[in-house]
Amino acid sequence: MSDVKKMATRDGYGNALKELGGVHGDVIVFDADLSNATKTNVFQKAYPERHFNCGIAEGNMMAVAAGAAAMGLVPYASSFAMFASGRAFEQVRNSIGYTHLNVKIGATHGGISVGEDGASHQCCEDFALMRSIPGMVVMSPADAVEARAMVFAAYDYKGPVYMRFGRAPVPIIHDEETFKFTIGKGETLADGTDVAIIANGLCVAEALGARGILAQEGISARVINMATVKPLDTELVLKAAKECKKIVTCEEHNIIGGLGEAVCAVIAEAGVPCPVKRVGVRDVFGHSGPFGPLLEEFGLTAPHIAEACK
Amino acid sequence: MTDKEKKELAIAACKVRMGVIEGTHAAHAGHPGGSLSAADMFTYLYFKELNIDPAQPKMDDRDRFVLSKGHTAPGLYATLALRGFFPWEDLKGLRQIGCHLQGHPNMDMTPGVDMSTGSLGQGVSAAAGMALAAKFQGKPVRVYTLLGDGEIEEGEVWEAMMFSHHHKLDNLCVIVDNNGLQIDGPIDKVMSPYPITDKLAAFGLHVIEINGHDFDQMEAAFAEARATKGVPTAIVMKTTKGKDVSFMENQVGWHGKAPNDEEYKIAMDDLNAVLAGLEGGKNE
Repeated sequence: MSDVKKMATRDGYGNALKELGGVHGDVIVFDADLSNATKTNVFQKAYPERHFNCGIAEGNMMAVAAGAAAMGLVPYASSFAMFASGRAFEQVRNSIGYTHLNVKIGATHGGISVGEDGASHQCCEDFALMRSIPGMVVMSPADAVEARAMVFAAYDYKGPVYMRFGRAPVPIIHDEETFKFTIGKGETLADGTDVAIIANGLCVAEALGARGILAQEGISARVINMATVKPLDTELVLKAAKECKKIVTCEEHNIIGGLGEAVCAVIAEAGVPCPVKRVGVRDVFGHSGPFGPLLEEFGLTAPHIAEACK
Repeated sequence: MTDKEKKELAIAACKVRMGVIEGTHAAHAGHPGGSLSAADMFTYLYFKELNIDPAQPKMDDRDRFVLSKGHTAPGLYATLALRGFFPWEDLKGLRQIGCHLQGHPNMDMTPGVDMSTGSLGQGVSAAAGMALAAKFQGKPVRVYTLLGDGEIEEGEVWEAMMFSHHHKLDNLCVIVDNNGLQIDGPIDKVMSPYPITDKLAAFGLHVIEINGHDFDQMEAAFAEARATKGVPTAIVMKTTKGKDVSFMENQVGWHGKAPNDEEYKIAMDDLNAVLAGLEGGKNE
């Protein structure tokens, strides 16, 4: 895939914020001393009067964003996923979730692919935390094109949104000219009937790779990009459960509380008999290292996903 | 302020205190102590200071009030009811199923509530966000927030102070109700936040100390806050927890406990005596 263009979804986020800011004057951005890493500095350079640094105080930042939203502005509040969803969980829950205020949380550096910073910064719990808040939309794009579309869709949606972006460059799999994104709708990237791989984030490109491996063995794999973890596209999940012999979920998240469990819950409650395997971080902490070998080690690459599909 | 205005405020504050007792008695729960200590401040804010209109609770350029110490909702509710935001009878539905008066303030359910609060430390951050937004929008909105003196043990409060000073939020007025007691005991025994005024000043706020039961001092403090440019103002008010209810005054046990039928009678007798004293002097 060396000729495939790559870009980190956090870059897609930063660029989209700048673009969105040019269209809507009520968009403001909060960051907690990580503007260069979260890429909100792209917005800051274009609109310095609309970018507010909160310093290293994520809890305060989230409640401040809630207050700004209560005044009618549309704040995008950014930090690393660990601090946006973890450190500030209760501010997000009470000041943003309970109030259903119009705050968009742009959390970068999600998952194990944070790499060298190690386990303290490799947040694999954010889907679980954010999903558990009533009314919270939880999303993670597969590439920078989807990241951009997500930032715009979040603006059009009235209410709290959590978006998780990644640090590592990942292949661009969508066509920027034609791509359309709808919150809560999954996207069937490739059809197949033996197995359906339901993935999000950087695992989507890996799932497409797994499909190629499986094809060589005569196994037909459907690949679904489930960028919205909540509200889940239950219709698409159940369709896959009925039409395919098996489902494999794949996410850069703990297998507890994320996309995999959400898919299992839908299938179990619908009473559709379909086995599910969850590919993800298997309830362990990560460690430092380059992201590529880490994804291998934690079983999130195409060969591992293909193996789970057999 | 004229003596007549002061008397009217004192009568209103006494009625607010009666509303606190009515509500918590009917609910068999709630937080009377800190509602009573802040009753004079609630009254002053809603009857003198805030630019609000009970007929238009969502009026665009209204001043905002955030009750950061959300557990003293009974005091806020009684004040809002007395000011005409909703019927006084609603107070008896406090904390009950089907009533809009939640145990802690909810901005989507209760007319006049500008921010949902209850988790200590968050209200002051939200107020700072409102003040920042108002400045950005060029709105003539002032934002007021009331904190407990126990609440300022929360680290987030100081994050909010740092933020408010850094962003020069001179349209923000932070009020600390220094009644000296929190649930587990006197604040200086549980986890002393003292020296409160020095700490606030060190964070760059313009600090004013007042007696929280003196309307003249409130009037002067708010005038000073409005005239203070470039930095937010903090008003630290010394108060008596449980004020004007004899058996509740300065009693830590009345932080979060409702009066039973017998205690309700005594409390209402105490407050009726205060009211009679105030109204008796009406024609002087």
